[in-house]
Amino acid sequence: MTKQAQHTKTKRYGMVIDLDRCTGCGACMVGCYAENNVPFRKDETDKMLSLNWLRVFKVDNGKPFPDTEVCYIPKPCMQCDGRHMEGHSPCVSVCPAVATDYDEPTGVVSQIYTRCFGCRYCMAACPYHARKFNWWDPVWPADMEKYLNPDVSVRMRGVVEKCSFCYHRYQKARDKAYVEGRDEIAENEYQPACAEACPTRAITFGDLHNPEHEVYELSRSKKAFRLLEKLNTNPKVYYLTSKSWVRRKADNYLEGESPADRKPAHKAETASH
Amino acid sequence: MTTPAIPEGVKRCSTRKFAIWLAVVGAVLLWGVYAMFLVWYKGLNQTGMNDAYGFALWIWADLAVIALGGGAFFSGFLTYIIGKKELKNIINYAVIIGFICYSSALLILALDIGQPLRGWFIFWHANVHSMLTEVAFCLSVYFGVLTIEFIPVVLENPKLDRVPFLHHLSHNLHEVMAVFAATGVFLSFFHQGSLGGVAGVLYGRPFSFREGLLIWPWTFFLFTWSAAAVGPCFTVMVTWLTEKVTGKKLVKQEVFQLLGKISGWMLLTYMIAKIADTWYWAVVTAPSKGFALMDFYTNNPVYGIWILIAELVVCGLVPAFILISRKGRENNTLLLTAMILAVIGICINRWVMVLQVMAAPLLPFQEWYMYMPTWQEVATTILPVAYGIILISLAHRYLPVFPQEKELNPGN
Repeated sequence: MTKQAQHTKTKRYGMVIDLDRCTGCGACMVGCYAENNVPFRKDETDKMLSLNWLRVFKVDNGKPFPDTEVCYIPKPCMQCDGRHMEGHSPCVSVCPAVATDYDEPTGVVSQIYTRCFGCRYCMAACPYHARKFNWWDPVWPADMEKYLNPDVSVRMRGVVEKCSFCYHRYQKARDKAYVEGRDEIAENEYQPACAEACPTRAITFGDLHNPEHEVYELSRSKKAFRLLEKLNTNPKVYYLTSKSWVRRKADNYLEGESPADRKPAHKAETASH
Repeated sequence: MTTPAIPEGVKRCSTRKFAIWLAVVGAVLLWGVYAMFLVWYKGLNQTGMNDAYGFALWIWADLAVIALGGGAFFSGFLTYIIGKKELKNIINYAVIIGFICYSSALLILALDIGQPLRGWFIFWHANVHSMLTEVAFCLSVYFGVLTIEFIPVVLENPKLDRVPFLHHLSHNLHEVMAVFAATGVFLSFFHQGSLGGVAGVLYGRPFSFREGLLIWPWTFFLFTWSAAAVGPCFTVMVTWLTEKVTGKKLVKQEVFQLLGKISGWMLLTYMIAKIADTWYWAVVTAPSKGFALMDFYTNNPVYGIWILIAELVVCGLVPAFILISRKGRENNTLLLTAMILAVIGICINRWVMVLQVMAAPLLPFQEWYMYMPTWQEVATTILPVAYGIILISLAHRYLPVFPQEKELNPGN
């Protein structure tokens, strides 16, 4: 029992994505699809009907050649802490059946597929479009069912799903640590599939509360920002960029405002707390 | 033609004519039922919705019919609690229209969930923080209240009334109706309000998000007030349509005018609150999220500033001023025009609070999302209309819905 209690020390798992490093290769998306048994259809033209827990967006600076610059923005679920950092993320507080929940020990926003009845209120609430609906039952190409990840349940038609920061990997790492008599899991023991798949190491993952984890310092960098910070959703996904035009694409600004007027990401979070 | 099942002293069309009428409307109903079957059997891929439009035509229809069905609770409040005796001449019809609206809303909600067989989870695993939970509870209970209010009207059918038990049951239900009317008002306050709260609490959606009082955003109160204001207009509008279809005067003009006057003042006060809310949202709430007012009304093919003007001025202030003026109310055309405008206005309000919320982009690198309903969505939205017409037709034919009908049509 004592060990169990120690395992529930509050963590705040988060991600820092260095946009200056991202090449837009899409390996993170592929890794995510394979790891989480995310189904796909023959025709994936309409991206608003696609199931993707992580989607890479391509943005440019709007200037003509030769001044054109391009940036790729991988966008998983932002795992928001909510307005007052108490776990009432936009989606969690609206779900009428508690099918989505905020895990206090880790800060991960979960989705309980067998409890979701598909009202889609969470999708309406999420400003990041991180939540995806199963418009169809999953159909896997021949023999592919044999390659599904046994640690992740497949979802049925009519329910919402989303990025879980590969929570099943956290559970595995925690179980392993428990068996080995350890209280804590090491930084490299719990890494989501997208972070592992990234060939340029643009995605860094860890406990934002732990100064020994790389994300701790990275999230406090002057280059760090989050998407739509003004909404006070307090995401746990941070981005890094050295380009001011990219920074401007991350939020909405009134005429005369600029990202430079904003507090650094981690200070904004403290203020809202 | 008179049969024992038809109320005494009123004239109804022949059975043949009535059957043809029912067959025509029934065909539309069957079309909707077929679409409903497709949606339940094949899933929500039969709709035009997508991951940007989790809420679309059906949720709008739900919000709209519940607002328009608000005539039942507000007329009940005026009749039984405030004591406006004149409204007893229209209260039966208001209850029937309310019953149709609320049963339609429940049907549409049953269609609009991805796993219909798990619909009961909303009660079993209820999240007390969710506005939708409040909607589900209050809506279901109020539908029960409406059913209880509808029962004595049904029991007044001449054939049923001959059964002593049913006669006494009906009489006793009438006696205690004020209790149910009060319960209905209480429940309606919360479910009309929580429907407003559904959009108002979305702090990730600056177009709909509103500050508020305690846990309730301003939209909570605005939705309740607007439903009370416009619900009676819809009741009058449907009564007028029924008069046109049946070729009979069913309710005295004074009743329409009284409801018009009350609706007018309710609408005017609602519009003052709504304009204040819109102003505060435009100059404080939205800018704090990085949005200027016109960001929500430009760069897309549908949602221009016209929609805000249409809602607030053309279908808001204009009908309110017509309805509060005696001259406006005494002119039948003006009275009805104002009521129709008010009904359109509330439908626009519910539309923007659902569809435009979904359409407006949030990240600067995203475009406006546009949506087109499929025929299955349209058919299932028309289905409740056909169902409503059938229920109204049956009620009008077999129940003494309008106490003034005999007096107004002495030749029959």
